[in-house]
Amino acid sequence: MKTHYLTALLFIFLISGIYSPLKADEDKPGGHGAKEFNASEFILDHIADSHEWHILTTKEGKSIAIYLPVILYSKEKGLSVFSSKKLSHGHVHNGYRLEEEGDLKGRIVNVDEAGNADEANFPLDFSVTKAVAAMFFAALIGLWLFLSLSSSYKKTGVSHPRGMQSFLEPVILFVRDEIAIPNIGHHKYERFMPYLLSVFFFILINNIMGLIPFPPPFGANVTGNIAVTMTLALFTFVIIQFNGNRTYWRHIFATPGVPLWLLPIMIPVEIIGIIAKPFALMVRLFANITAGHIIVLSLVALVFIFKSVAVSPVSILFVVFMNCLELLVAFLQAYVFTLLSALFISLAVQEHH
Amino acid sequence: MLLSNSLITPEVGTVFWTTLIFLIFFLVLRKFGWKPILSMIKQREEMIKGSLESAEQARKEMLKLQSDNEAIIRKARDEREDILREAREIRDALIAEARGKANEEAEKLVEKAKTSIEKEKTKALSEIREHIANLSVEIASRLLGEELKRTGVQEKLIDNYLEEVKITRN
Repeated sequence: MKTHYLTALLFIFLISGIYSPLKADEDKPGGHGAKEFNASEFILDHIADSHEWHILTTKEGKSIAIYLPVILYSKEKGLSVFSSKKLSHGHVHNGYRLEEEGDLKGRIVNVDEAGNADEANFPLDFSVTKAVAAMFFAALIGLWLFLSLSSSYKKTGVSHPRGMQSFLEPVILFVRDEIAIPNIGHHKYERFMPYLLSVFFFILINNIMGLIPFPPPFGANVTGNIAVTMTLALFTFVIIQFNGNRTYWRHIFATPGVPLWLLPIMIPVEIIGIIAKPFALMVRLFANITAGHIIVLSLVALVFIFKSVAVSPVSILFVVFMNCLELLVAFLQAYVFTLLSALFISLAVQEHH
Repeated sequence: MLLSNSLITPEVGTVFWTTLIFLIFFLVLRKFGWKPILSMIKQREEMIKGSLESAEQARKEMLKLQSDNEAIIRKARDEREDILREAREIRDALIAEARGKANEEAEKLVEKAKTSIEKEKTKALSEIREHIANLSVEIASRLLGEELKRTGVQEKLIDNYLEEVKITRN
């Protein structure tokens, strides 16, 4: 019982400790209270990707951040790699500038000598952004977790699961017995198990890491980044198309039972269906995780909107509640993404019935 | 404007890095993670299934053995009963036969004894008769002054007397 209280206290400390610098961050930059607190800007700043990993801003207005590598490619200047510190506070480096205001906020643009952005010709941005860095760490954690699990299986052999095995094996079995086998079937599920497990744990680890607010490899909005979810959905898309059998393709290009004159209408409809499936995967994961982050940040923003510390207990209580809910969502969305992937794969590989 | 462009526009760089990171994650784990883990889990499941099945089979075999044993015991008991009954019958038959034979033998012996007695009796009788004849002849000759010769006529006479004696005695 005592430890429960302690944990709760620690949690409250952690949350208040992490979110209080945000106030300074939003309030101080332009001088003492010169700028009105803008909740939507505050929220978007925290869920959007960025080239630096901001930690806090001191009272003097000095920001402490981890500057991530910027990797740019443009036809004129070729490949250039440098630290994002060189672009901080609107500095121009090598003819590049990181926009801080307006529609292009957060993007790196080509600038001419006069300092005007070239809006027609953007450099290709391969920078290791906050989301990429977080994702990289998530992948490392995942690799470490499962490679050590695999080697522990080599050690224990076929005896009963122990240690980490008893913790992770039920999840692996869940993916196999509740997702892969019921959807794809006993004969074909084995081929897709590595992908389903990888995508499940990749999303799960990123979701959970996104919920932990601090320190840096945690707290980034990775699975709430549309590019990340799009890429993952594309993986499922590619796997579906590469494993689609004759029945699958016939259903698309010569749907059985449909008169010939209808095919010009049916084929585009079927093609939209092919694209809609991964699109649904992409949007569902993105929207759910982003929504979770937005709610948590909104609750924190209440303190700044009311400009009163008295609101913080309410805020904290709701944030704790939301975090619990988001933990559930983290599992749920990993499950849903994997389940739907398995379902779409099964539609492509099932035998003629 | 809550959903600005940057939020719902996929960045090429992020797509590139996600592809790279996920591909490495997937390929490395496929070879060194999932395959060994899944095969080990499968092996274990098969082992458990196999041992459960063999235990079930052993149980069935034991039951079968038990019923076999019971059948054997029952059969042995029946056989014992049969053997005992047969032995009893044989014993009774033997006793009956022995008794019959003994009776027969005894009767035979009695019969034999009777005939030999009869024989001895006739023999003794004829001896006695001869003796008596001789005695009577001697007595008569002594009575008649020893004159009587043993001639045929006289002997015949004696025999006639003796016949008479025999007849009267009978």
